[in-house]
Amino acid sequence: MWRILRDLFRHNRAFAVGMALVFFVVVFATLSLFSPYPPNDSFVVPPDLPPSWAYLLGTTSRGQDVFWLLSFSIRNTLLFGLTVAFISRILSLVIGLVAGYLGGVMDRVLMSINDTFIVIPLFPILVLFYFVMRDRMSWSLLALMMACLGWAYDARLIRSVAMSLRTREFTETGIFSGMSMRQVLVQEHLPYVLPIVFSTTMNNLNWSIGLEVTLSVLGFTDINTPTIGVLIYWANQHTALVAGIWWWIAFPVLLVVIAFVGLFLLAVSMNEYIDPRSRLDRVHG
Amino acid sequence: MPGYAAYLLSRLGQFVLVVFIGMNISFIVTHSTPIDPVEQTIAAATQYGSTNPEAIALMRQSLRELYGLEGGLGAQYVAFWRRIAVGDFGPSLSAFPTPVAVLVGRAIPWTVGLLVVSTVLTWILGNALGGLAGYYRKNRVLRFAGILAMAFHPIPYYIVAFILLITFGYLWPVLPISGGYMMNMERGFNLGFIMSLLEHSILPILSLVLVGLGGWFMGMRSLVSNVVTEDYVTYAELGGVSRRRILVSYVMRNALVPQVTGLAMSLGAIFNGAIITEQVFGYPGIGTLLVSAVHAGDYSLVLGITSVSIVAVSAAVLMIDLLYPLLDPRVRAR
Repeated sequence: MWRILRDLFRHNRAFAVGMALVFFVVVFATLSLFSPYPPNDSFVVPPDLPPSWAYLLGTTSRGQDVFWLLSFSIRNTLLFGLTVAFISRILSLVIGLVAGYLGGVMDRVLMSINDTFIVIPLFPILVLFYFVMRDRMSWSLLALMMACLGWAYDARLIRSVAMSLRTREFTETGIFSGMSMRQVLVQEHLPYVLPIVFSTTMNNLNWSIGLEVTLSVLGFTDINTPTIGVLIYWANQHTALVAGIWWWIAFPVLLVVIAFVGLFLLAVSMNEYIDPRSRLDRVHG
Repeated sequence: MPGYAAYLLSRLGQFVLVVFIGMNISFIVTHSTPIDPVEQTIAAATQYGSTNPEAIALMRQSLRELYGLEGGLGAQYVAFWRRIAVGDFGPSLSAFPTPVAVLVGRAIPWTVGLLVVSTVLTWILGNALGGLAGYYRKNRVLRFAGILAMAFHPIPYYIVAFILLITFGYLWPVLPISGGYMMNMERGFNLGFIMSLLEHSILPILSLVLVGLGGWFMGMRSLVSNVVTEDYVTYAELGGVSRRRILVSYVMRNALVPQVTGLAMSLGAIFNGAIITEQVFGYPGIGTLLVSAVHAGDYSLVLGITSVSIVAVSAAVLMIDLLYPLLDPRVRAR
């Protein structure tokens, strides 16, 4: 495991850059633990100050320090993404492995449902969800909802690997030695699909964070929990750009773009690692 | 041809399933909440000053009727499907008494126009560039284009649209950043109006293309670099077929097949992007309508837009699926 990581770091520039970007974002998020102010307190610092040594990223019109507020926001945003990713990984693993292993009618039924979830336009549904929940909308509810809607693409990927694992000899050996389906899937097949699960996790993080940012910017989430989208939402509410408070918007956007690019590079480089053809390509040229 | 018929049937079945599951999700979402949209509307209406209780009771009655929330869960479910089947979502509350269907019908051409133009543009451009990049692996310009496309790819629509808005609205104000055409301009089929229409669509389309390009580019590049190693390509090369012909009719054509399936698969996500982009640029389509409906507390309009979106997207996917056999003859022969 460590050797793989070290090799990736040495030979794969995308992985190294992605790792560095994600590391930067995570460190920034961890800083929130040392914040001198609680995230929702306002008017703790003078409002509307541009970036300076005293206030590294400036202050907002609500008298908050952008630096500390941003670290809280990115922490919540990342946690949100991880929650969605974790729950939807379980769903996609179960459905993908079972569909690939069983095949036949069960596979067809599961994949029809799966394709349905890929095609359905989620944004209007999420907006509808907010519309009926209104003030009861919370961070965890949205995470649960998005996890229930966002597993399909990866389940298909996992299923395609599981299908080929099904025909391998060790699966037969397992069945003949009396392993149950659950045992075969968990003990024999799961380790093979884990690399894919890792790379899809990065893509899923990007997907859920992107939707969360979009929904919050429009004010369609719980706007009292600071996330990157909520931060931009409040900046828009105070017409920060027109008022010339650009740092209130520019730094959150910049940070979340860094996170997106970092996660994406990790996903791409892991995909390359998984696909041996492109690894050979790298060695040759 | 039984192969084609079977294919047709399975695709139609998938279409029905998508609509069925999508609508059921909408139904569950609207009915699983502790909040009653009727009470919510009444609360909003009676927020200022007191109203007499009889009027409120009447209002409650007519709103229940309007929203299709009468009777038990089963009756509501039946009513829900009947409304979808006839396409009648009742009058909109925020633009009373205009029916929801009229409002949605007015917005749809804008969204469809934006979607079709940007999707076709993105798909063709991404595949052409990706195909070239996969075939001419050493070309520096194409490599750079690849890096650029990849850089924009992971950033969500909202952020890209927002960055474009800031760039062309505040930093370098050369393009209109809001609306579908110039305000106060008479709508008609003349040069001025069409120019204004095009000008206003540049930024929304640009943001959709920028985000979408990378996916097709990378997909096509890796597909082409796999196809290039196939024996029949080597054979054609040895046989002296021109490189251009090899690229277009031997390599690209085969690599395009999975990309068409990919287009059908990602249509829902592209649609999400389009309505988000519309909202950012105040484009008068479904997205803007949806957001303003939420802010106005217009229950029937929000539900109507969601339902129409689900049906429209799955119909578009069905259309691509039906065209698919033209590109891949194996489906017909099966």
